[in-house]
Amino acid sequence: MPSVSFDHLHKRFGATAVIDDFTLEVADGELVVLVGGSGSGKSTVLRMLAGLESPTSGSIRIGTRDVTALPPRERDVAMVFQDYALYPHMTVRENLSLGLRLRKMARAEIDRRITWAAGLLGLDTLLDRKPKALSGGQRQRVAMGRAMVREPAVFLFDEPLSNLDASLRAQMRIQIGTLQRRLGTTTVYVTHDQVEAMTLGDRIVVLADGRIQQVGRPIDIYEAPVNRFVAGFIGTPPMNFVEGTVVDDGGTRAFVADGARVALRGEVAERVAPGRALTLGVRPEDLRVAGPDGPWAEGPSLHGRVVLVERLGGSSHVHFEVGARRLMVALGNEALPAVDEMLSVQLSPGRMHWFDADGRAERPGYVAPTLEQALIMSRQKVAIITAGGSGMGAGAARRLAAAGFRVSILSSSGKGEALAKELGGIGVTGSNQSTEDLTRLVDATVDAWGRIDLLVNSAGHGPRAPVLELTDEDWHRGWTCTS
Amino acid sequence: MRPDRAGRRRAVAGYTAAILLASVMLIPFLWMLSTALMDEFEVFQYPPPLLPADPQWANFPNALTQLPFARFFLNSGILAVCMVLGQTLTGALGGYAFARFRFAGRGAVFAAYLGALMVPAIVLLIPRFLLIDALGGVDTIAGLVSTELVSVWGVFLLRQFFLSLPRETEDAARVDGASEWTIFWRIALPLARPALATVALFSFIDAWKSFLWPLVVTQSLEMRTVEVGIASFHGLYYANWPYQMAAAVTALIPVLVAFLASQRFFTRGIQLTGIR
Repeated sequence: MPSVSFDHLHKRFGATAVIDDFTLEVADGELVVLVGGSGSGKSTVLRMLAGLESPTSGSIRIGTRDVTALPPRERDVAMVFQDYALYPHMTVRENLSLGLRLRKMARAEIDRRITWAAGLLGLDTLLDRKPKALSGGQRQRVAMGRAMVREPAVFLFDEPLSNLDASLRAQMRIQIGTLQRRLGTTTVYVTHDQVEAMTLGDRIVVLADGRIQQVGRPIDIYEAPVNRFVAGFIGTPPMNFVEGTVVDDGGTRAFVADGARVALRGEVAERVAPGRALTLGVRPEDLRVAGPDGPWAEGPSLHGRVVLVERLGGSSHVHFEVGARRLMVALGNEALPAVDEMLSVQLSPGRMHWFDADGRAERPGYVAPTLEQALIMSRQKVAIITAGGSGMGAGAARRLAAAGFRVSILSSSGKGEALAKELGGIGVTGSNQSTEDLTRLVDATVDAWGRIDLLVNSAGHGPRAPVLELTDEDWHRGWTCTS
Repeated sequence: MRPDRAGRRRAVAGYTAAILLASVMLIPFLWMLSTALMDEFEVFQYPPPLLPADPQWANFPNALTQLPFARFFLNSGILAVCMVLGQTLTGALGGYAFARFRFAGRGAVFAAYLGALMVPAIVLLIPRFLLIDALGGVDTIAGLVSTELVSVWGVFLLRQFFLSLPRETEDAARVDGASEWTIFWRIALPLARPALATVALFSFIDAWKSFLWPLVVTQSLEMRTVEVGIASFHGLYYANWPYQMAAAVTALIPVLVAFLASQRFFTRGIQLTGIR
């Protein structure tokens, strides 16, 4: 399966720039989600990749071929449209086979592919029906099937789920993800729904006004949005924002807003001068109701009046007003405050986002995902684990091996090698602070399996990261996490 | 007033209006039928009788054999088939091009087309005749048919229809590997069937009832069409009304059959364009 690359793509309609300098590499087999609001240009990018629109300047490559000037039929792409775009006068079978018939494929091969796709998508009994006689979900599956039978180099999805109801959408989202992983076809998926983006994408591209705002793995974008737009767009419920200013607080800097005062520390404090406008962003799930013994009792807090409590079943959203702003905290169902009650919520020191007056993040820091998150995100199969001889590292190694990973374990005692033997992996005895030992581990892993997809650093205390640099070749679009 | 009574009154008023309007349409037709069965001189009695005293069924065979009506029907049939095929095909091609292709001067050309709809056909009669005469087509089937193969109205109606088709379907075919011609032939055209049927039906009726052009462009008796044949019962000094009406009633039959067989397309045509 080939990769896709967009090189400085521009698209203008008259004086309006619809796409402004879009550059992106989609790796072979990767699922990249373009996400943005309406008018962000995400569908235009997809249509340019399909060949349905031509760029004003820039180029598009699929694999090694420059397809910028090629018509759609020569690009070997298949597309699933928002309104399915089935051929209304043809049966499901004819809908699926048209693309193959146009390519003069042998009858037997066409039948084989239709049987295969219909089996995967549960369309077997519908093949002789016309689209009019199908439900929305069935039409959607036919549209998917039509793309699948082509066995194209690249799949394109243009908001394929937006016409389905919520439960069907969730179901189809899982099916699309499963199928794409199974087929391993390079995929570009356009949606305005950030839940689809988060759950489906190997990587997400956030677009606004025709410009790329941020490209990254879903969890990275969630944890470290580069600007206020991305912060507000990715994550449900959306991030809370509090606008305020920086003041000099007797030698240290503090962020002050109506109803909030937060002492600034670290990098942020060094960068912002007193008097500057600053916006605090905090996710509803990163707030806790203040209590004397809470984990962040020492930390800053916000105080406001509860205006609305939404009970969602598993959790609840409590809306409260701080000054003139309405904020939200996501809570469990126990001990919910009542409307009009005063509420104090605490901020976790590590979970605050800062944005300057232009909306740029002041702390583009990276917070490593948890092991579970990394497991979900990584669908490749080779992991190396440092300090994996015992304790949490060994636990991680066992869980990864159970999940189908091949594991390489570095430990300072002989236990790592024993565990590796038990799990059918590679064991190296050495220190996670020694570049030499780590290099031995990496070399042994790459020699054996050719790639590294997940790096689990279980020596999370003390110096946080191992002294390790992976080359692009070793590091196969991998993930780093701490256990 | 009770609501059901109001409803009944409204229904009565509605039906009365409908019956009045229907009568306006129906009475001339019934009179034509009645006249077709009258004696040659009964027609001129005063006051005119509503019904023939003694129905003259022989008027029908007599009228149709006095002039070569079999030949007239054949000529009208050829004209109708050519017009139906020509106008639907050119209408589909032209309409699709106007609806889907971007080319220099598209707007201006289309405006000129619409402008042609405003020109009364009678104004074009002499130029058309001169043209056909110069090409040596007077009194031939080719001359009769050739200027009728394109209908501006057909192009317009089909353009409107193609505009109403979702572009995504065509884009899907494009990504599926279809060329522009394949998209037209295998996707757009099958989807346009209702509109094509409407154009075909209207062309058929236009062909069947056309009078002035066949009258001008044909000269010999065996090149005449049905309508022109009917008119020739009407001489300079003498008119055989019963024969004329008998031939007219006969000429109505194909139109009636076509209409009854495809009523829904008439309605569709009106929905599509708001014309007629």
